[in-house]
Amino acid sequence: MAQAAAVAKPAAPPRRRRASATPRRLPYLLIAPAGLLMLGFIAYPVLSVFYYSLQDYNPTKPWRNGFAGLGNFTRAFAHDPQFRDTLTFSAQWVVVEVGLQLLFGLALALIVNQTFAGRALGRALVFSPWAVSGVLTSAIWVLLYNSQTGITRYLADAGLGSYGTSWLSDTSTVFPAAVVADLWRGVPFFAILILADLQSVSRDLYEAAEVDGASRLKQFWHITLPHLKDAVVLSTLLRAVWEFNNVDLLYTLTGGGPAGETTTLPLYIANTSVDAHDFGYASALTTVAFVILLFCSIVYLRLSKFGGDSK
Amino acid sequence: MITEIAPAPERVADEPVRPGGRRRAWDEVPRWQIYVPLTGYLVFTLVPFYWILLFALRPAGSTSLVPWPMTSEHFEKVWTERSFGTYFANSVYVGLATLVLTTVVALAGGYALARFDFRLKRGFLLALLCSQFVPGALLLVPLFQIFARLSMINSLGSVVIAETVFQLPLSMILISGFIRNVPYSLEEAAWVDGCNRFTAFRIVVLPLLRPGLIAVGSFAFVHAWNHFLFALMFLSDPGKQTIPVGLNTLMSADSVDLGALAAGGIVAAVPVVIVFAFIQKWLITGFSAGAVKG
Repeated sequence: MAQAAAVAKPAAPPRRRRASATPRRLPYLLIAPAGLLMLGFIAYPVLSVFYYSLQDYNPTKPWRNGFAGLGNFTRAFAHDPQFRDTLTFSAQWVVVEVGLQLLFGLALALIVNQTFAGRALGRALVFSPWAVSGVLTSAIWVLLYNSQTGITRYLADAGLGSYGTSWLSDTSTVFPAAVVADLWRGVPFFAILILADLQSVSRDLYEAAEVDGASRLKQFWHITLPHLKDAVVLSTLLRAVWEFNNVDLLYTLTGGGPAGETTTLPLYIANTSVDAHDFGYASALTTVAFVILLFCSIVYLRLSKFGGDSK
Repeated sequence: MITEIAPAPERVADEPVRPGGRRRAWDEVPRWQIYVPLTGYLVFTLVPFYWILLFALRPAGSTSLVPWPMTSEHFEKVWTERSFGTYFANSVYVGLATLVLTTVVALAGGYALARFDFRLKRGFLLALLCSQFVPGALLLVPLFQIFARLSMINSLGSVVIAETVFQLPLSMILISGFIRNVPYSLEEAAWVDGCNRFTAFRIVVLPLLRPGLIAVGSFAFVHAWNHFLFALMFLSDPGKQTIPVGLNTLMSADSVDLGALAAGGIVAAVPVVIVFAFIQKWLITGFSAGAVKG
């Protein structure tokens, strides 16, 4: 902390060259703190992951450590059914979560963008779960889903379902249960970003469309959606990466269970490295995750022609 | 960009009086189309909040659906017996330190990106973008090794640095967008008046950046406050743990004490809710002023 703060010092420009056009070294001094932090704590760890992915490295079994070539990768793709399961589940999780969050987020943003009584309060309440952490979300939904005093008990009182149902420990209900919990705090993210972007749509466009007799649906389709496109593309991409990587919620809500049913690739990697101490193999899996993310992002940006019409 | 964005906040304001009625069709959304879906969604949003309040306030063993008689037993238990008092102090420290460090470093870098052309700029921007795809969760092991080498395991500083590093890229991109929205000529005018670059920035640009900085800073705070994995991995000493780790401990106990869990959850939520209630207005303008539009 103290060191990092000291690094930030050079941010002050050299005094003597007052107001000169561009002192050549100034921009480099200004980005130096950020650059050094990112080199040390992102770039270096990433490189070391690549390095270890080609090694057998397990601190608890030092006699086997050494160069492994592509051994870790063949193990993942040819001999590890759990890897494939986690990969499938990750894809399923990301697509379902991001798709539903975008859909509900867009709808909510359109609603709270209207003028109506109680709008400020409505906005505040709708957005409120956004700030709630993954762990707290888990805590809340553990309370809701618990089999003794959870929501199922009251549903059973009302004649819906049976007593003692625990959605989180049943393999057939755990996925929707986890999806709903994550939606609860994920939807506001999209709603906020889309609302922010909606407010920069020029009103004149709508007026012109009205003069031409375009219906509200048509206005939405031809004015609102194209305007939102870049923001939507970017936020879905960031969110997808985030949903893929984020382990807080599933780690605390289901622990990847029951029976590995909700283990995403990052969760599997964390278990492999932390519990099994198999750092070499975990690094290879991490490398695979990087490549997949990068590939999917490039394809997605290409397909959506991101930023295409703004240039 | 500026001309497009700047008037936005005025449009945000409710427009109750609308003379003439030229825009009637736009306003003619039937009320039920607003209130019915909104109410439905609010039930989904608020029931979980009510649930945690209920569990935190009603006595242990009660199955009543109203938190009455009210009790503070769970809060007392969680604050002292489960050391949430200590966790709270640790989380505040991590949150504030991350806020300050992120904002200062991102402000410096963002200014360079907004105002200068330099040879490494493209490369640096590319690195910022790429870092968005680097999952912190996947770097746990190498990060642990680095902090072990720096003997920072079990020190809150390790979490502060890790949180800051992963906040930086986005914060810097956002802040450089905000700075770009401030006309350069304002700064140049201040130079002519005898300010050096730094004073000109402080007097002219910084005040205009306030909404953006509040958005970025509160984002960093909330992120650090909420984040779980780094604290779980780097802080094993119980006296050094943060609130999310404490919550996880409560949840992973063999028989979960639901009342304590609910009370702990509320302790975790209160500061965040206060921050957001306070800054919500700034947040929307801050984001619309340069965020996603790049």
